[in-house]
Amino acid sequence: MSRPVRYVVFCLGVVGLAILLAPAVAHLPAFGSTFHPYRTLAVAAAVAHRTANVVSAINFDQRGLDTFGEESIFLASVAGAALLLRPGEHETERRPLGHARMLDATRLLGYVLLPLSTILGLDLISHGNVTPGGGFQGGVVLGTGLHLLYVAGSYDALEKMRPTTLFEWGEAIGAGSYGALGVAGLLASGAFLANFVPLGHFGALFSGGTVPLLNIAVGIEVASGGAILLSHFLRQAMFTEPAGGGRRASGERDE
Amino acid sequence: MTAILAACLLLVAAAGLAVVLTGDPARQALTLSALSLLLALLFLALEAPDVALSEIGIGTAIVPLMVMLAVRKIHAPGKVDSRSAGR
Repeated sequence: MSRPVRYVVFCLGVVGLAILLAPAVAHLPAFGSTFHPYRTLAVAAAVAHRTANVVSAINFDQRGLDTFGEESIFLASVAGAALLLRPGEHETERRPLGHARMLDATRLLGYVLLPLSTILGLDLISHGNVTPGGGFQGGVVLGTGLHLLYVAGSYDALEKMRPTTLFEWGEAIGAGSYGALGVAGLLASGAFLANFVPLGHFGALFSGGTVPLLNIAVGIEVASGGAILLSHFLRQAMFTEPAGGGRRASGERDE
Repeated sequence: MTAILAACLLLVAAAGLAVVLTGDPARQALTLSALSLLLALLFLALEAPDVALSEIGIGTAIVPLMVMLAVRKIHAPGKVDSRSAGR
């Protein structure tokens, strides 16, 4: 497609979007207004199920099926990326030797932030039904924070603390338990993902029925999936090379 | 409150422009990371801390990291230069 034709197609698209979007925006309620019918219903439903964090109540209780779909998408994406990033037939994996050169300040930052990010991740998952955060956010923090081991220590340390097989199981078990909790709700209350667990006291650590349980399931899945995803990217980018091509001294990293 | 929101929106717009104007994808990963941090600030100002946390996790950490590792792999020697081969 030549450049002028591309501009014509682009302009047609923009004009079409503007025609559809302008009336829609004109009919929106004013910014900061007090008219929030969805909010009114969602907050009442969340309080009825004693879930202090209304966002978690929406994600895992009122619209748990949507989140189930999103978790499945995440599972499929991680599996797809892992499949694409596996070493090919013409590629060899090279073991890094020894420690890489790394600024002491960077290393110190890694040591300090590793325990902090682990605690933060666990806190986000376990309190997802009470305070902002939840399984997804906490899982991302855990799965990413683990890789500070590479910054602070070495690739060997990362490999020891990150048994990939365990995380593959974690990914499957996390996604599976979400579905299992849904089926359990179907058997107990007659609806998939129904909130069938005792609700507890409003604001308590174990309140909101299935919400904290689903948060933990998602937390395990996302933490494992994130760790697997990054480990495959790291391995492919750093330690995989075309067969026969020793392109770089072992253990060396880019700054 | 309106002033804070206006400031956040302006910062996000400026950071978005910076991402677009960054030519090199490896550097773009860094500006993208900064944009995500400012977006998280905007979400916080709009009283959506859950969304802000997700934005920080995905936008400032995972996506820039994946971009940087992918760019590093593409530019590794011993491979066909994808920029000339892709045309």
